[in-house]
Amino acid sequence: MKKSVFLKGMKDGVPIALGYIAVAFTLGIAAKNAGLSALQSTVMSVTNTTSAGEFAALGLITSGATFLEMAATQLIINLRYCLMSCALSQRLDHKAPFWHRLLIAFGITDEIFGVSICADTPLSPLYTYGVMSIAIPGWAFGTFLGTVSGSLLPARLLSALSVALYGMFIAVIIPPCKKNRVIAVLITVSMAVSAAFSYLPVLDQISSGFRIIILTVMISGIAAVLFPIDEKEEAKNNGI
Amino acid sequence: MAYKIYLYILVMAGVTYLIRVLPLTLIRRQIRNKTLRSFLYYVPYVTLAVMTFPAILSATSEIWSALAAFLIAVVLAYRGGSLFKVAIGACLTVFLTELFI
Repeated sequence: MKKSVFLKGMKDGVPIALGYIAVAFTLGIAAKNAGLSALQSTVMSVTNTTSAGEFAALGLITSGATFLEMAATQLIINLRYCLMSCALSQRLDHKAPFWHRLLIAFGITDEIFGVSICADTPLSPLYTYGVMSIAIPGWAFGTFLGTVSGSLLPARLLSALSVALYGMFIAVIIPPCKKNRVIAVLITVSMAVSAAFSYLPVLDQISSGFRIIILTVMISGIAAVLFPIDEKEEAKNNGI
Repeated sequence: MAYKIYLYILVMAGVTYLIRVLPLTLIRRQIRNKTLRSFLYYVPYVTLAVMTFPAILSATSEIWSALAAFLIAVVLAYRGGSLFKVAIGACLTVFLTELFI
């Protein structure tokens, strides 16, 4: 039983790892241009596992920014993980040993969060560990490859692999739409507003990290007030 | 210079881990407030939707291949395809579309 939960996690980690290799590959190329060695860029990826944060860090390292600037930039770019961490806190069994929370926290990336929230509640830490055991090495390996050889993967393949992560997000959010109208409307509205924020003048000046936070708080907040859910319904709609 | 890069990495890793670990370790009980529960229930859907669109459109080298991948992924997911199937379906769509454009 426990073993099968871990294996299920590993299986769901495969598409994440594929997408990660593509994204991390370009990160590796950028790391090389910023003057990092393969060891340095791989250590950065293993310890951070955050694409936007790492890309921004490379820019800061090149410009010789202060450590305070580095800390502040990471805080702003990665603040969305704070919201994800709050949501995950309600999915874990509150009687489970505390150290599971310390380990799972390390794996809160957009993608690992996405599949974990989709698993049965209470979330088994083993499931998330299974995903992490495949996805994080994929992230590190991609970074390493990109730094060592920027021309190893053909552009066509990179372009194709880079939608893997979005495909996964879609696989997580679409199925519940069939059972729940509110969620269907919510997803449509979220995408439309997100597009407006990306393309309209002035609004398009907001960085993508902030856009995600602002829209998540705003839209989820309005939905919570307009369509509060009761616990029975919450249990029924389990799996995201 | 090398040691300074490791210091940078240490600072960013520390800040990022704190953001991830604090809510998870500080909020250990079930939240009872109904509005707050509802809010956290909706958060994953909204976050993932906002992150997917329109970002997917600029992920590939051609907007048309990305748009095709988006539509195919939605159809596959609606039909109950697994994570792996939907992800690979999207990748294949991009690959094939870009062969012909």
